[in-house]
Amino acid sequence: MSSSTWSADFLTRLSMDITVAEIGLPTANLWHIESQAWQRFAELAVQQNLRWAAGWAEQVDNRFLINACFEKQGEYILLRTVIDDSNPELPSQATVYPAANRSERHTQDMFGIKFIGHPDNRRWTRHQAWIENHYPLRKDFPVHGTPVGITPPDMHYPFIKSHGAGTYEIPVGPVHAGIIEPGHFRFQAVGELILNLEERLGYVHKGIEKIAEGREPDSLAKLAGRVSGDTTVGHCWAACMAMEQAAGVVIPPRAALIRGILAERERIANHMGDIGAICNDVAFVFAQMQFTRLRELWLRTNATVFGHRLLMDRIVPGGVACDLSDESCTLIKKEIVVLRKELTEVILALDLNSSLEDRLYTAGFLSEQVAAAFGTLGYVGRASGQDMDVRRDAPYAPYDQVTVKVALENQGDIASRLWVRYKEIRTALRLIEDFIDRLVAGELRAEWKTPSTGSEGLGIVEGWRGEIICHIRFDTDNKIARFYPRDPSQLNWPALEKLVLNNIVPDFPVCNKSLNGSYSGNDL
Amino acid sequence: MLRIFKKILTTGVVTERFKTPKDEELEQLGIEIKRHVDKKFSGSIAIRQVDAGSCNGCELEIHALNNPFYDIERFGVHFVASPRHADVLLVTGPVSRHMQTALLRTYEATPNPKWVVAAGDCATCGGEFGVSYASCGAVSNVIPVDVSIPGCPPTPLALMKGLLGLMSSDVA
Repeated sequence: MSSSTWSADFLTRLSMDITVAEIGLPTANLWHIESQAWQRFAELAVQQNLRWAAGWAEQVDNRFLINACFEKQGEYILLRTVIDDSNPELPSQATVYPAANRSERHTQDMFGIKFIGHPDNRRWTRHQAWIENHYPLRKDFPVHGTPVGITPPDMHYPFIKSHGAGTYEIPVGPVHAGIIEPGHFRFQAVGELILNLEERLGYVHKGIEKIAEGREPDSLAKLAGRVSGDTTVGHCWAACMAMEQAAGVVIPPRAALIRGILAERERIANHMGDIGAICNDVAFVFAQMQFTRLRELWLRTNATVFGHRLLMDRIVPGGVACDLSDESCTLIKKEIVVLRKELTEVILALDLNSSLEDRLYTAGFLSEQVAAAFGTLGYVGRASGQDMDVRRDAPYAPYDQVTVKVALENQGDIASRLWVRYKEIRTALRLIEDFIDRLVAGELRAEWKTPSTGSEGLGIVEGWRGEIICHIRFDTDNKIARFYPRDPSQLNWPALEKLVLNNIVPDFPVCNKSLNGSYSGNDL
Repeated sequence: MLRIFKKILTTGVVTERFKTPKDEELEQLGIEIKRHVDKKFSGSIAIRQVDAGSCNGCELEIHALNNPFYDIERFGVHFVASPRHADVLLVTGPVSRHMQTALLRTYEATPNPKWVVAAGDCATCGGEFGVSYASCGAVSNVIPVDVSIPGCPPTPLALMKGLLGLMSSDVA
């Protein structure tokens, strides 16, 4: 945690009743307030430039706990209020923080909690798989629900309409033309120019939060590793960090270093795949072929060294499930040397290519103001001046031992996001070397302790898409009571609606790819 | 431009040799094939991939089939943008209830004769997600399945074997 004292200052200046929990969480200060002050707090927080990072609810007996997580300069505040289930409502924070918009709609659909004054209280996660006035995350909702034979399509969602001569609508999805996840996009266009885009997600809602309840730590880690398949290391790490906090388990130093290597390998694999795909979306196939080749080699090393191409289930509660031999370390280091050389050759060919320049520069522009308002994370935020990286700002083991150089740009276009990703690959390569050099002999997994009933943890890590926040609360007997993973996509998706404006419809795929939100991580 | 040509030439051809798998080999991988593509089709199959609720892990490995190492198109297997153009639906994920109608409609839109390949543990048996208020579980709970390729996610090699096993030429 950073040594700044803004939170103490902020607390003294707030003229409202706030109870500061004596024992906070290792990753965040825990503040309790009255539910009526929920929105007022947001108003004061936004004046202090606090970033709204996550929001979720929990049910404990006949009360709801509402949580919102804020961050500034690497210091996190977990704000909490309690409301009664007889009248589950409280003032909305989405009026102040656009970032809170979809999160509150999710809570509304899943718990039946009303956010008073919400600017857009249409349903979000709910389509037609369960009926209105039923709330899957309430404890009395059975995990199997009461499904009908064939769930009807969500026909009557009130999309924003456009009127006027020459405007027309293009509905796209949920089944898209490529090998990609499902979601619906509704464009309003004039000619080829996009006037408005509305996203309708929730198609891959698999009930992750619900089926997590009652699991034991090992089983939850497996589920967390499948919140979003491309971020299996990131989510698994965040979930394990939260569970370890709740249980008071400290992972061995060797395990922390191996986790760091796994996370950086995941970052590099995804960035390489996506840089290739971005180039492919503007028909520059050379780069696509080169990057998929490099990615494939990288994944094969994953399989050889760690036993899984995408590194699933390598992180387990208390440590890791794989070790690194000396030969493996040598292999990885050799591979890095080769990759650096190859990357330089390919990137030079990209950099000097006018047809790429033509398509990627100034396209898909996201301003710093919009990026900040939506709390945009990861490379999307960092390409629009949002200087935030958990690895540097709120370092956790093993990042507390190294210096993380954060790539930052402020042009906010597709090219900017591409260059940030390229720089992140270079940084990640250095980090892997660094972690290997620091590897110490020792245990891979600490002994698990059953957490006390009601104990909680907040895992915060920098996944390859950006900050991942994961909240876990334990029930009795080592069982999970609540699991909430906040994928960075949940905050990045709304930015896509803004950055495509005034681009042409045929540029939507490349705009989308440059952001590359996870549908699964968003829909849960 | 010279840099591009130089890189292409120095990279060379990385595509790997690959033989159509034998039945025992498929059995070993747990790949189950109930029906083979008619011999008339087997030189070329068009695949429409449908993510019916996956975590995106399977999609990453399906993407890899098109990388220069596997280059599945050399066997006449190609991915198409519309079910109207497809012979095969390659379905991943447990079928989320929100995707159930979309999958059924995609199936109906695919002209006969058609085959359905369920790729990944979720599509094969429900995987980590199973059946719940939000998920129908395995693909076979929603549409008939001809080939099942297990794995979380299945490796590109397993996917390749499953797809080529489907069009193995010794069955007519």
